[in-house]
Amino acid sequence: MPDVNLSVNLAGVTLKNPVVVASGTFGFGREYSQFYDLGELGGICAKGLTLHPREGNPAPRIAETPMGILNSVGLQNPGVDAFIGEELPFLRRFDTKVIANISGNTPEEYGIMCEKLSAAGVDMIEVNISCPNVKAGGLAYGTRPKLAAEVTEVAKRHAGSTPVMVKLSPNVTDITEIARAAADAGADALSLINTIRGMRIDVNTRRPVLKMNTGGLSGPAVLPVAVRMVWEVAQAVDIPILGMGGVAKGEDAAQLMLAGASAVAVGTALFADPFTPLKVRDSLAEIAGKQGLSAVSGLTGGVKPW
Amino acid sequence: MSRMKIERKCEILEKKQLGDAIYMVLGVGDIVSTSDTRPGQFVHIKCGHSRLLRRPISICEWTGSRDGDTLAIVFEVRGEGTAWLARREAGDFLDVLGPLGNGFTIQDGPYLLVGGGIGVPPMLGCAGAAGGSSTAILGFRSKDKAILLDRFASDCANCLVATDDGSLGYHGFVDALVRQELGKERHYQGVLACGPKPMLKSVAKVAEEFGVPCQVSMEERMGCGVGACLVCACDMADGSRKHVCKDGPVFDSKEVDWDA
Ligand SMILES: Cc1cc2nc3c(=O)[nH]c(=O)nc-3n(C[C@H](O)[C@H](O)[C@H](O)COP(=O)(O)OP(=O)(O)OC[C@H]3O[C@@H](n4cnc5c(N)ncnc54)[C@H](O)[C@@H]3O)c2cc1C
Ligand SMILES: Cc1cc2nc3c(=O)[nH]c(=O)nc-3n(C[C@H](O)[C@H](O)[C@H](O)COP(=O)(O)O)c2cc1C
Ligand code: FES
Repeated sequence: MPDVNLSVNLAGVTLKNPVVVASGTFGFGREYSQFYDLGELGGICAKGLTLHPREGNPAPRIAETPMGILNSVGLQNPGVDAFIGEELPFLRRFDTKVIANISGNTPEEYGIMCEKLSAAGVDMIEVNISCPNVKAGGLAYGTRPKLAAEVTEVAKRHAGSTPVMVKLSPNVTDITEIARAAADAGADALSLINTIRGMRIDVNTRRPVLKMNTGGLSGPAVLPVAVRMVWEVAQAVDIPILGMGGVAKGEDAAQLMLAGASAVAVGTALFADPFTPLKVRDSLAEIAGKQGLSAVSGLTGGVKPW
Repeated sequence: MSRMKIERKCEILEKKQLGDAIYMVLGVGDIVSTSDTRPGQFVHIKCGHSRLLRRPISICEWTGSRDGDTLAIVFEVRGEGTAWLARREAGDFLDVLGPLGNGFTIQDGPYLLVGGGIGVPPMLGCAGAAGGSSTAILGFRSKDKAILLDRFASDCANCLVATDDGSLGYHGFVDALVRQELGKERHYQGVLACGPKPMLKSVAKVAEEFGVPCQVSMEERMGCGVGACLVCACDMADGSRKHVCKDGPVFDSKEVDWDA
């Protein structure tokens, strides 16, 4: 098989391969660095940060569902300053792109975090306007085009030359509306999808399994939703897309790329197999090679709709 | 950088019924010899393709040898995943991640080892690590659920049993026996406990009354099992939330918020 060029461009950032790990499923990289060299990854979306440390929601925070999981972690994190001081230097030891993920209660908070992270030199900032697990901000910004635009604008204004990628929620009627709002407000890229709100009830106790009652669905169960949404968004905007939601194998990643994603993220599948991102990368290269492509980037947007 | 973590296919070398539970010995390559395996640690086991999440099971005992290390686990069927595991036979292979987490910190004994129900097996590893001088207090619902008694009898100086229905040993809960033992001034180095949370809570309370350090093994639903996803939160007395898979599963009982 001829060598396939794996590198892709995401809003001016060159990823050595199109497989990154999804925010919140990979911590700050320390744990999985005990399994393999993080330099094998195209990039790392770090755990979602807030301006101040958060302890998150009470347990249970996870429930298994058919081919998926529900989580209600609630953005537990040490805060943006601790990330910059203690975690970023560690991530910088690896030859991979570091994408910081942020959530704010107000547009101002997003602005302050962008300023700090840009000064600290992260490769990209992923602005999460779609966390279903926090009361303030979070999801509200991701479901109203006007608010999404406002947050994007503030983030851009404070991020300097660091590219800003806005992470969209699938918990909306029309995702293209929000996508356009973010793109028009200056977003350099979009990432989707975040988790889909769901619930599981223990029939014997009649209690929801999650202490927060509801949570966010992820894993293979959401892949078709992610593929559909990436496809819709790709037609609505001209900026690159980081596709995610349910990727567990190369074919899943190829679907997201054909639908229009420039790169893909692997999240929940890590819990079953820590090596999933590397396997997805290798299998993507094989798929591209078999299709006679010289570069995996050739898959992007290649779907032939009926 | 810290040692490479291991995920690998492990053969089931032995399987036997132990009361309501199943005892399995796994051939684990060099997992034991290349890691600092301690009682209280766990392995994260994939239970079939249709279930995304691995299941955490404590290490009961282990051997390290040139022909290959072994780990023994003991588990009860609680739901789909453990039911799948119970259908595996000797000769089948399991996908195992581990050993994971922080186990019990054990110096020279004697220790008071307290196990309740399916929390009993991990205490066997503690008995070995503490060097034979410890006292085991094991609680079961009834006589027919009692397991591993002969093993504890040989690995401990003393083995006491409590059953909820009085069909074997003391009629009542283990914390009453813990109180009785700690009152005897045997100079226990500490109390080590594994079992249901209400049991841990009352054992921790008694240990604190006597001023004896107490380590407890906590349970929580897990995702990654390695500390990356933060789902396995355990409420701490200082208001913070630690993670059972990475910071635990064994905690100092005074660290834990027992009223959470
Ligand atoms: C550190 C640790 C050590 C453990 N050691 C043992 C052991 O040695 N022997 C043993 O029999 N059991 C042990 N358990 C409990 C065991 O993990 C659960 O019984 C098992 O996960 C249930 O899976 P299931 O698919 O049969 O049940 P289901 O109810 O179908 O499981 C659904 C989901 O909930 C999780 N879950 C359900 N009950 C528990 C529980 N009590 N703790 C954590 N997660 C749970 C499952 O892992 C799964 O993700 C341990 C748990 C922890 C956290
Ligand atoms: C345990 C867990 C924690 C998550 N935390 C975050 C987070 O902090 N910020 C964020 O933008 N997305 C978070 N997500 C969403 C993922 O990044 C991803 O968008 C989603 O899980 C879909 O991908 P997957 O099916 O591959 O997991 C989290 C997901 C999980 C499962
Ligand atoms: S299970 Fe993922 S952090 Fe504990």
